[in-house]
Amino acid sequence: MSDIQFEIDGKKVSATPDMTVLEVAQKEGIYIPTLCHHEKLEPFGACRVCIVEVESRGWTKLVVSCVYPAEKNIIVRTRSPKVDRIRKTIIELLMAHAPDAPQLLELAAVYGAVPNRYEKDPSFCIHCGLCVRYCAEVAQKNALGFVDRGVHKEISFIPEIAARECHACKECFPLCPTSYLQAAFVLTEALAFPDPAMKQ
Amino acid sequence: MLKTPAQLEDFRKGLLSQRDPNKPCITLCSGSACHASGSGEVAARLEEELKTQGLTDAVDIRRTGCHGFCERGPIIVIHPDEICYFQIQPDDVAEIITETIKGKKIIDRLLYNDPVVNEKIIHESKIPFYKNQERLVFGSNGSIDPKSIDDYLAIGGYSALSKALTTMTDLDVLGEVKKANLRGRGGAGFPAGVKWEGSRNAPEPIKYVIVNADEGDPGAYMDRALLEGNPHCILEGLIIGGYAVKANEGYFYVRQEYPLAVININHAIKEAEKYGLLGENILGSGFNFKVHVHQGAGAFVCGESTALMASLEGKAGEPRPKYVRSNVKGLWERPSVLNNVETWANVPMIINKGADWFTSIGTESSKGTKIFSLVGKITNTGLVEVPMGTTLRDIIFTIGGGIPNNRKFKAVQTGGPSGGCIPEHLLDLKVGFDELTQAGSMMGSGGMIAMDEDTCMVDVARYFIAFLTDESCGKCVPCREGLRQMHRILTNITQGKGKEGDIELLEELAETAVEASLCALGKSAPNPFLSTLKYFREEYEAHIREKRCPSLSCKELIHFYIDPELCRACGTCRKQCPASAINGDKKIIHIIDQDKCTKCGTCFEVCPAKFGAVTKLSGVPVPPPVPEDQRTIKKKSKENE
Amino acid sequence: MEIEKIDQIIDKYEAEAGNLLQILLELQSSNNWLPKEVLKRVSERLEVPLTRIRHITTFYKAFSLVPKGRHKVHICVGTACHVRGASRILDTVEEATGIKPGETDMDMKFSVETVNCLGCCALGPVMEINGKTHGKMSPAQTANILKNYE
Repeated sequence: MSDIQFEIDGKKVSATPDMTVLEVAQKEGIYIPTLCHHEKLEPFGACRVCIVEVESRGWTKLVVSCVYPAEKNIIVRTRSPKVDRIRKTIIELLMAHAPDAPQLLELAAVYGAVPNRYEKDPSFCIHCGLCVRYCAEVAQKNALGFVDRGVHKEISFIPEIAARECHACKECFPLCPTSYLQAAFVLTEALAFPDPAMKQ
Repeated sequence: MLKTPAQLEDFRKGLLSQRDPNKPCITLCSGSACHASGSGEVAARLEEELKTQGLTDAVDIRRTGCHGFCERGPIIVIHPDEICYFQIQPDDVAEIITETIKGKKIIDRLLYNDPVVNEKIIHESKIPFYKNQERLVFGSNGSIDPKSIDDYLAIGGYSALSKALTTMTDLDVLGEVKKANLRGRGGAGFPAGVKWEGSRNAPEPIKYVIVNADEGDPGAYMDRALLEGNPHCILEGLIIGGYAVKANEGYFYVRQEYPLAVININHAIKEAEKYGLLGENILGSGFNFKVHVHQGAGAFVCGESTALMASLEGKAGEPRPKYVRSNVKGLWERPSVLNNVETWANVPMIINKGADWFTSIGTESSKGTKIFSLVGKITNTGLVEVPMGTTLRDIIFTIGGGIPNNRKFKAVQTGGPSGGCIPEHLLDLKVGFDELTQAGSMMGSGGMIAMDEDTCMVDVARYFIAFLTDESCGKCVPCREGLRQMHRILTNITQGKGKEGDIELLEELAETAVEASLCALGKSAPNPFLSTLKYFREEYEAHIREKRCPSLSCKELIHFYIDPELCRACGTCRKQCPASAINGDKKIIHIIDQDKCTKCGTCFEVCPAKFGAVTKLSGVPVPPPVPEDQRTIKKKSKENE
Repeated sequence: MEIEKIDQIIDKYEAEAGNLLQILLELQSSNNWLPKEVLKRVSERLEVPLTRIRHITTFYKAFSLVPKGRHKVHICVGTACHVRGASRILDTVEEATGIKPGETDMDMKFSVETVNCLGCCALGPVMEINGKTHGKMSPAQTANILKNYE
């Protein structure tokens, strides 16, 4: 098993070929913030909060550490003026949806994010995808998924499956950073669950 | 079934011997745009008329693909004399057959009139629009019926394939494409040879070559014309590419909005299979290749290579991180070479004529030619192929005929939603990948949209961001949320609700999108905004600070006003106003009711030029209406006229 | 839609998950829209979760999960048409039909969509009704043409 040696924030680290920069950092106790990452799930790369600077062969670039593979001799910086600026903007954009989410408030304090920077949006889902991915990859019930794309993208339960599976499960509920999931479930239950007496 | 190169050449010779180059042949442009202008009816009438006049055997009709001079379609070229007639209607057909085919006389009114020298031109190759181009890839569109493989063979088709498979090794072919420095024509301009080499060297044995025919940039339709007009050329290039890369399977991913292209590609594939130019042991070389055609389903993001591959796998078109390049891990995690339609179409030529010939055309870093779709506020709308290094001025003015209606050129937008606007003082820029990028735009797939003084550049930025918010896959925050907010702010600015600080906010969002987006859609989305800000900052500031649109275009910032000094009460505007917002009468000065006015602009267009009484105001209050007792128009004395 | 017809199309593409989009495109084209039963059948036969099929049928704009009107009106809002005034044509269509892009009217007469470039830029602004292209449109002409459709 060839060892990959590189550096994160001045600290020498080593990794196996299948590891991502985030995994290595976590192994070494170096903190990189994340929102859409979960140890039981495939990396998603959607929130971009785990973005870091990577210097390699004289070039510096920004990469998303949860999917970037560990590479020999790179120099990784988990904080820099640019990285901080981008994280700040991302948090501000997400707070236009969920200004009270605990994780966002914590990050806002660190990066100086201004909560009312952007015009508010009615939906407080931040599209971390943890619920959808958990249901597909771990619970394997596929009771909820994404629909549509772009600014119209939403999570949506399949009423027939949810009526059957969710009450006994609900393992995704604690994962939601904003409680939008729970709200969506309750709404689906009220409006769309098939009446058991009418089920075929 | 052609089983050897010799059989192919014999067959080709046989075809040519049966084709008399002096036999009259009427080629009719039947591409999608001309079709929409009625070329189908013209074709039917041609057949009918030839039959009526007993000429069906003496004269050939060839329904070809797009000729490129789309402003003047439907187009007919009569061979062998190359007589070129434009804007043909079904009723012109009888005269054409009688006068030109039989009578050998030219019909003047159907000829192209060169506005510069005010002369009619008879022959296609002398028309400035065509003369100033170098139609190496596109030229064949005018001479072949895309549904006929025989037509393609008659012009030398599949000779490159034969040469590559039977006289060159796969490494030779790869070497030639590398040496030619063929850069991708789809947008990024990445060297095709390097991409091919990466796949070839990847350890996984099963590989793919893919044609990206998901041409999504609005205003760009070069690929459509090539797919519809010369599908075999692209297929030939693809098979050669498969050979070089050691891929035995290929895909066409065609936009579903191009049904004729899908039909013609599928037809070409069947014909090529029938002739043994596709399938097992092609021309006895031992090389096997098969091809599948997949349609897109209405998502611009599927033009991005990883999203396209996800779509081919039957998934939503969400791009994937490119830290491991798709030429190493692409479709089904296998090495996949994805190239644009025009890139593949260049390959047969490079194999036949060699890399040295190819590199003699173009600039230092951009070799060969490029097909541009020249659209928007331009006189000669159409598809234009020029060597790299041609100036924008030549393309827009010499070939494109400049801006119509005596309006002034303002900017040319290149590269689609990922590109930027280039202003007048940069018109002598030589077109090339790096040159356009340095100017703050990019080559993109070749869309070139001319804009004049009536185009609001803030609205252009807003338009492109609106387009991208609609087409974004929605996965990552910088694009989904960033563009959402950019769209809101830009819309507010065009509606007079902009505030100090908006430009800085937009710049912050732009930085995040550029640096942190998941894919090229998000990363390049701020380009139209950034380039219009760079060259037209004063327009942004006018909208924000003065609530004024300098181009008099943004609906919420303009008012239509009839100048009482100029109104002659002809009544034209009043009668045509769809909102019945104009009141007036004979000899009574007309007044627009600003509350009812929908800003459709009809009055502005229909007011007779000799009066020019309807004006557009922006950033200033509308003058109060003329008092009732002063509305009667008195005849002005001669000396005031 | 009859189950035999659905199965016929699925079998044509060998019930392979990679051909999901092509199968759905053909079902859409055959039936003009995709009812829930059709999606369920595809999900069963291809062994693909319904969530993925729902994502795909809402992600890609070629699919419709609701019935469409008799006449499909597509207004091109590509850049070339935009620069030549397509937004005015869109306004006229919205007024004349009473609906916005993405909607179908109550009588199922018109379904209105915007499209991003039909590739006939020389004819801009362009409007397509039931596949027939109408070029060089003005607001007045647009209103007139729409009047002719029952």
